[in-house]
Amino acid sequence: MIKKEADWIQELPPNQYTIEDYDGGEARWCPGCGDFAVLSAVKRICRDNQIPPEKMVAVSGIGCSSRFPHYMNTYGFHGLHGRALPVACGIKARRPDLDIWVATGDGDCCSIGAGHWIHAIRYNMNITVMLFDNNVYGLTKNQSSPTSPQGLVTSTHPSGTWLPPLNPTLATLGFTNVSFVAQTVDWNPPHLYATLNAAYQHKGLSFVRIMQRCPTFTPNLFDPIINDPTRLILLTHENGIEVEPAVEKKFKNKVVHDPSDMTGARDLSTLEGKLAIGLLFHDPNTVIYDEFTNHGLDMDAGDKLKAVREEIARFAI
Amino acid sequence: MSGTDGSSVATPAGKSSGGANGAVVKSEQIVEIVSDSGEGAQKAGQTFGTISAKMGNGVWTVEIIPAEIKPPARSKAGASGIRVRIASDNVTNMGDEADLVVAFNEQVLYGRIEQHAYKKGTVVLLENKWAASPMAEVQKQYTEAVKEFKRLGLDVREMPLEEKCLEFMPDPRLGKNMFVLGMLCSIYGRDLQKAADEIAVVFKKKGEKVIELNRSLLQAGFDYGRTQLSDLSVEIPPRKEIPPQVVMNGNQALALGIMASGMDVVAMYPITPATSVSHHLAGTFHRAGGILHQAEDEIAAIGFAVGASYAGKTACTITSGPGLALKTEFLSLAVMAEIPLVTIIVQRGGPSTGLPTKVEQGELLTAVFGATGDNPKIVMAAATIEECFHFVIVARKLAEEFRMPVLLLSDANLATGVQPFPRPEPQAEWLASPFDQSPWQEGVRAYDWDHKTGMSTRPIPGQVGGEYVLTGLAHTEESKVAYEPEANQFGCTMRSRKLASFQSTLRTPVINGEPEGDLLVIGWGSTLGAIDEAVANLQADGRKVSSLHLRFLSPLEPGLSEIFARFNHVMTVEINYSDPADDPLVTVENRRRAQLARLIRSRTLCDVDCWSNVHGQPLHPRDIYDEIIGRLDSTNGGEVK
Repeated sequence: MIKKEADWIQELPPNQYTIEDYDGGEARWCPGCGDFAVLSAVKRICRDNQIPPEKMVAVSGIGCSSRFPHYMNTYGFHGLHGRALPVACGIKARRPDLDIWVATGDGDCCSIGAGHWIHAIRYNMNITVMLFDNNVYGLTKNQSSPTSPQGLVTSTHPSGTWLPPLNPTLATLGFTNVSFVAQTVDWNPPHLYATLNAAYQHKGLSFVRIMQRCPTFTPNLFDPIINDPTRLILLTHENGIEVEPAVEKKFKNKVVHDPSDMTGARDLSTLEGKLAIGLLFHDPNTVIYDEFTNHGLDMDAGDKLKAVREEIARFAI
Repeated sequence: MSGTDGSSVATPAGKSSGGANGAVVKSEQIVEIVSDSGEGAQKAGQTFGTISAKMGNGVWTVEIIPAEIKPPARSKAGASGIRVRIASDNVTNMGDEADLVVAFNEQVLYGRIEQHAYKKGTVVLLENKWAASPMAEVQKQYTEAVKEFKRLGLDVREMPLEEKCLEFMPDPRLGKNMFVLGMLCSIYGRDLQKAADEIAVVFKKKGEKVIELNRSLLQAGFDYGRTQLSDLSVEIPPRKEIPPQVVMNGNQALALGIMASGMDVVAMYPITPATSVSHHLAGTFHRAGGILHQAEDEIAAIGFAVGASYAGKTACTITSGPGLALKTEFLSLAVMAEIPLVTIIVQRGGPSTGLPTKVEQGELLTAVFGATGDNPKIVMAAATIEECFHFVIVARKLAEEFRMPVLLLSDANLATGVQPFPRPEPQAEWLASPFDQSPWQEGVRAYDWDHKTGMSTRPIPGQVGGEYVLTGLAHTEESKVAYEPEANQFGCTMRSRKLASFQSTLRTPVINGEPEGDLLVIGWGSTLGAIDEAVANLQADGRKVSSLHLRFLSPLEPGLSEIFARFNHVMTVEINYSDPADDPLVTVENRRRAQLARLIRSRTLCDVDCWSNVHGQPLHPRDIYDEIIGRLDSTNGGEVK
């Protein structure tokens, strides 16, 4: 046995994480589910940014996509219907050292947890929110979602849904203190990766709506766009999301959009028959709630006791 | 006490003797100031209570709160104000009828008379400006009221309160409360310098000019009392040699307890009567290293606290009944995933939005049982304002030790009651330990349950090697989603076992009185003082009555069955709903008993009776006394003979 390593072997830094370091349990999504693409993009981002697995928390609510934390080998919190965001904010409030990723679906975020969605955008804490939007409830078997296109036949609306769909992108752009809104699609992994990575780098709450198909209930959802590449618009800008030139070249329809332009962003989020992907809105100068909640983390027991004694003294007689 | 003619005034009682300087020496006095809301009665009463506490008296103050923010002026239902009970000894409750009341108008006094607040001989110091009101209707109401009050046996003294204040300010409505404070100080021989000092504290934010004005009003009221009301002088000798004290209300005590427990995060959503805890924290919590998060709703508040706790930070949420209902899903997650969490519930009247500002102990069963599936949690209740402080520290420790939610119950009575208690000396061990970030021990699972106790240690994000996914789904010891039926059975068993483990560390409750007798009265929460006082009076009358007061409701304190066996009858006294035993259609089987009675019956299989009401008021010792006497003397008074 050769005990001594050859001197030409390059020593890896001690914390060189590989994709496998982030592999959790075997994913139990349906074959062909867009969630797989998101999972592998996030693992790559973790590796590329060398996020220590113990420093990452994947937080989710309930639904197919909310199984996400189980498939990561990091800390995870698979909580309640619609309540991923308050939990994520609570974790981040006093743990600035942790990277928080939220996996939430269109029902979770835009229906049962909609109140938290509005306020999480306003708190603008430094977390990455991935909205897995497949326009339908998958886990509970094909009920209408708030983002279901009008007329979609579902178990709860067998003659087709009655109402026009809620537009989560436009809604988010309307919430006070919004700082980062992007759209991407599950069928373009390089763009998915680039978008989520840009979201991760953003300081504040980054909101990424991922358009995806449910292979079981909405497999043909984006056929018109997939079959006609001119309908998929890539947003480009020097302050936007950078994709590899080879990827960019494949897009037939590109629009230069300055992500500081809110009016343009709102227009691009409401295109008829077309879909714009990339960075719609970015404001790096918003108020970040963490800056208030991180107060006093370094305080020791002596400081605390002193403050408590002084407070009690105010009530002394 | 109340007759068909509208008379609601009891016969006087109490001990007194002659004192120095013509003052009558009494062991205790109950004083009220009643007014329309916004006239400063509570501020005057709180200050009077604080001065009395500083002079060494035992004190209990309770606010008289109308349900509306701004009820119409001069309405019976609009009675707002305060009751202050002062004694030579420790005071534990608001007592029975008042000895003296200052009323800013006669209509609010009607409201209090209907609530049996006074007795024959109660002195009424009544604002007399209404006699000269430009409105004939008001004049008439006033004149008739004075006649009626005198007919009821009240000692009515009409006086020009606002007129006297006009010398100092153009709008005496805003100043007469301090004039009244001065009057009370003269009647009860309060130290005027202490009163002037207190005014400086109360009006600190308003500036020197306002302080001076109020001191002038105080002095004027004092002089008026000395010259015009000297026959009312009462001396209440202070307690001797008491340890250093603090004086505060229950919500302030909770806030200080939160700080002293080393809590890191408090997340809440405003709800009466719990909200003021957050007011007390808002300006000070950061100094002890904590943060207050006002969430977008009750659910988000507990979710935020759960998140912080999962991340290793000690967290607490504060609410009242309606908020507790909304939080139950997260509470069951905290049970299932074993997340330490303190939930403070300052109870109010229910069901639904019920009586927002009133007293009720209606959340006991929701606290113990209200959540999905089997949800063992620790439920404890503070019985005094002092316990509001110390129990937060206990609750935090238990939550962490047993890795489960702890619910701490208080109520509107404790929340607004003000009482002195021995000054706490904060200890380092009261604070939470810093969260563990050392590498997780290899081979230890996320739920490595000790099979005997159900206890385990949790990994905290940041601990290398401890990575696990917390889930509300049934899970294995590795926190993996459980697909085997036995795994859920086992998890439920382990979580339940923690309660049995905790109960084995509790002591048998202390009996107040003889360990055997005719009747044992059981209480919980803020009724302690009133029950103790009633039972002491019964014992003084030779009745074989004892009482015990529970602090832990889940698990129940041990040894209850053995204690009960030594009494002929056992009953609870509570402020929540129960069917009267003699109601039509009510049988022994279908009778819906008061909440603690139901809980104890199910745990001990003892025939525990109850007496309770939902009037929204703290219990009067005399009402408890009368009820028990009635039952003891009756041959078939319901379930207790």
